[in-house]
Amino acid sequence: MNWTVIQQSLPEFAQGFKLTLWLSFVGIIGAIIVGIISSLSQYFRVPVVGKIVGAYVEIARNTPLLIQLFFLYYAFPVMGIKMAAQTCGIIGLIFLGGAYMAEGFTGGFNGVSKSQLDSGRALGMSDFQLARYIVFPQGFALSMPALAANIIFLIKETSIFSVIAIPELTNTALDLIGMYYQSNEYLFVLVVAYAIILIPLIVFLTWLERRVRYGTFGD
Amino acid sequence: MAHSGINVLFEGTNFARLMGGLWTAVWIAAISLIIGLALGTILGMLRTLHNRVIRFILLMYLEFFRIVPTVVLLFLAYYILPRQFNVNWPATWMAVLAFSLWVSAEFSDIVRGALESIPVHQRESGLALGLNQWQLFRYVLLPQAIRLELPATINLATRVIKTTSLLLMISIMDVINVGQQIIEANNQNYPTGVFWVYGLIFILYFIIDYPLSRWAKHLTAKQKY
Repeated sequence: MNWTVIQQSLPEFAQGFKLTLWLSFVGIIGAIIVGIISSLSQYFRVPVVGKIVGAYVEIARNTPLLIQLFFLYYAFPVMGIKMAAQTCGIIGLIFLGGAYMAEGFTGGFNGVSKSQLDSGRALGMSDFQLARYIVFPQGFALSMPALAANIIFLIKETSIFSVIAIPELTNTALDLIGMYYQSNEYLFVLVVAYAIILIPLIVFLTWLERRVRYGTFGD
Repeated sequence: MAHSGINVLFEGTNFARLMGGLWTAVWIAAISLIIGLALGTILGMLRTLHNRVIRFILLMYLEFFRIVPTVVLLFLAYYILPRQFNVNWPATWMAVLAFSLWVSAEFSDIVRGALESIPVHQRESGLALGLNQWQLFRYVLLPQAIRLELPATINLATRVIKTTSLLLMISIMDVINVGQQIIEANNQNYPTGVFWVYGLIFILYFIIDYPLSRWAKHLTAKQKY
């Protein structure tokens, strides 16, 4: 292990680090929004939309992110839709993540007991009010474990962005290895970089899961 | 339409080559799953023992594989083993190694969870009958655990299959790598070939993974009652 090599590579890794964080952040926020909307539309069996969302979730969950990205990046331009690599990356991550989040939220929303809904209806609440005041607050708490697992998963999935040459962490390491062939050093920095992002996050999310569980209704 | 894009799939041996690439990916996934599930079962059993040192080491093992993305695992196997340990296996075996270890880590947690959720009286009854630790695992705990862990195991298998899409990163001739070659070779005659080739690969992955994930969902739903 050559420490000078590591030291010299740090500025480039810092760039990749920032990009990984930024892309993950945008992708995860987008995925959560898509996931909430998707699972609520399925929960309330919105006509047509619910079915489309169901198909979307199955397609996105059962295909690899890499081929989704290739499709966006290489096949879409043939149809006249050309996007920058980073845009493709974010769209791909939201497409994939939205479906995973939808699954997670659906699990949580379904955990809200039916008597809660019936009570809401008896009080004359509209579907929107049911969603806003009953299903969402309780279901969100119930889906926290799935949400946490998905966040970690999506951050790790950004490593696949390297195939469409987005200069995030993994791509930075591959570039450096290609130029200087110091694979031990660069891969070491790469693993450490992911650990720096993920370990504190895992600790935080575990803590949050425990906090939120106090807020669940019943058991 | 002499050059309708979809024909790129049937030009020459293209379709057979794509299927060959798919077979490589499925084969690597299958071998890795077999090795990983066997190793993971042992690790999972060890994690239910009371020895703190073993449990800590195995937890660290699991966390390592949870933190490092699979692409990076592939690169670790691909670059570090030949340079550091003089292991010059073909890339395919490096992939099998990386995937197997990853599967074993994930599966050890599934096994541990299943074993721990088996009621204590089952274990105690076994011990009261005079079974030793091994017999207890073999005849009482494992048969019950397997039923509990089946849905999670199927889901893990679908993830491994999806992850084979990364094999091209260490230059294995998987279905995507073959697809790229076909696209490049036919770029002149079939400018829209990229759409059809990646489209087909997209569908192929879906055809393999969708029934599996449906099955897992079905089993989960059944267990709730």
